[in-house]
Amino acid sequence: MSRYAGDAEAIRKLVREAEVHRDVFVDEELFQLEMEHLFANTWVYVGHDSQVANEGDFYTTTIGSQPVVMVRHTDGEVKVLLNRCPHKGVKIAGETCGNTGKVFRCPYHAWRFRTDGSLHSLPWTQGYDNTGFKDSPAALGMTRVKNVHNYRGFVFARLNDEGPGFEEFFGDSLSSFDNMVDRSPVGKLQVAGGVLRYMHNCNWKMLVDNQTDTCHPMVAHESSAGTAKAMWQKAPEGTPKPMAVEIFVPFMSPYEDFDKMGIRVWENGHGHTGVHHSIHSDYSAIPGYFDQMKAAYGEERAKAILGEARHNTVYFPNIMIKGPIQLLRLFKPISANRTLVESWTFRLVDAPDLLLERTLMYNRLINAPTSVVGHDDLEMYERAQEGLHANGNEWVNMHRLYDPAELTQKNVVTVGTNEWVMRNTYRAWAHFMTLDM
Amino acid sequence: MNRNDPKIDGAFPSDRELADFVLREARTLDQQRFEDWLTLFANDGYYWMPLEWGQTDPRLVCSLMYEDKLLLSVRVERLKGERTFSQKPRSRSHHVLQMPHVESRDEAANSYVTWTAMHYVETRNDEQTLYAAWATHHLAVEDGKLRIKLKRVDLVNCDAAFGNIQLFM
Repeated sequence: MSRYAGDAEAIRKLVREAEVHRDVFVDEELFQLEMEHLFANTWVYVGHDSQVANEGDFYTTTIGSQPVVMVRHTDGEVKVLLNRCPHKGVKIAGETCGNTGKVFRCPYHAWRFRTDGSLHSLPWTQGYDNTGFKDSPAALGMTRVKNVHNYRGFVFARLNDEGPGFEEFFGDSLSSFDNMVDRSPVGKLQVAGGVLRYMHNCNWKMLVDNQTDTCHPMVAHESSAGTAKAMWQKAPEGTPKPMAVEIFVPFMSPYEDFDKMGIRVWENGHGHTGVHHSIHSDYSAIPGYFDQMKAAYGEERAKAILGEARHNTVYFPNIMIKGPIQLLRLFKPISANRTLVESWTFRLVDAPDLLLERTLMYNRLINAPTSVVGHDDLEMYERAQEGLHANGNEWVNMHRLYDPAELTQKNVVTVGTNEWVMRNTYRAWAHFMTLDM
Repeated sequence: MNRNDPKIDGAFPSDRELADFVLREARTLDQQRFEDWLTLFANDGYYWMPLEWGQTDPRLVCSLMYEDKLLLSVRVERLKGERTFSQKPRSRSHHVLQMPHVESRDEAANSYVTWTAMHYVETRNDEQTLYAAWATHHLAVEDGKLRIKLKRVDLVNCDAAFGNIQLFM
């Protein structure tokens, strides 16, 4: 029985001012509607252009449930194509990445396509004369996603032809990408170090929520960060503080500290924690790095760039970035109760290797399937995914620091334990789910 | 006091003693004697689980684990924690090892390397997951006992998407 398809009103009713209905997390029909509408109406992260540095380089991934290939076309631009042959549907690019030269060639019947998707040639073409083929969708080649935007190396796509423009969708939130890229003395990032892939038996939005949830670290991570902190406190006086301890200990900051760190709320579900200070603020200086930054930008600007230590910036619908440590997490939806989390890291071009080393240590300590912090979080998501089936109360609560005045406010800095960004996530969810219904 | 952690008989370990050490180490893990397990590591020992096939660099390429004794101790301590909810209930592990093969021995350098193919099972609640891997042990003799300088675990599917891996392979 369909409860939500084609019923925008029923979908909007799932999001109250400070509560969200559990179906948003557990219902498979809503998940299918998310794939069809939400992930088509919004600008979804595809990949970084350093993954396709040269003409013909490609990278395969998904936008929601859609298989796509990101490719560097012969004109130097990055294109995003739906990864299926218009003939029989075979995925044309089979590997995660590679170089296809000037054309893609389908491995089944050798149809060829230029790297902008257009049909290049078919073998044994006389069989198509006067068949109506040239007027069929197949003759158009691989379907190209028309709305693609490369923002300082980060490639986004909007599957639907109609919808909000890139700048309109992201607004001021792009400043977090700016800060991450500006941290390279030459203003350039490269994907580096490999990607951690971690399977979660929970809804993708539980991960989105968690990124601005500042009331969970001292509770859920007491087992991991708390243990590391307690063990470090027993170390003899004068022991040099290991990088791993620097990474773990701030998770145990008390509520008051997270309050003071602040949260910035943007439109369309975007926002970030760590406005004034963050868990990344007090990392040790990396030798030589500030001098490089000063030489590149001048002292004042270099200090301004490095003084911005935003914690998590969440971009609706499904990524989070950490500017100060050049990390991006992508929450790939697989089904209502299954999500693939990919954690990507970047090298600051022309900066010391030690920065990348720290970023990679953070990634494996916090985001790996072998990470104790990851175990803490996933246990909570999976329990929620099961617990939400309980009847009696069908609502997820987000009342912390709710004020009805927020409904008309934009681009606000607020108290760091506010659940405002989460509430905005679901306002954006209801909006973009129903935008084309 | 670590049971089953005998001194070697002579000045240098025999191949049999090296193999026995690797088998005992796996048994210590499966018996959940994690503190005993930690004592099997040299103080500067590392546990490394690469992320990439044939990975050579643990520093500028990400790994699933690359941990010194401090980080391994945090894990062991955490497993016992009252508020370690991902271990309520606890996980259990099961190793099946092929006979460890002595890859190299350098008595002058006090360096011995073994290579062991293994299947590893980790289970919690109703889930049981099988992993296939090769363990490479870099061992040295300290105070008459074998100690781990580096244990490297290469999963055959190191680049696959995994769920939680909470114990030690």
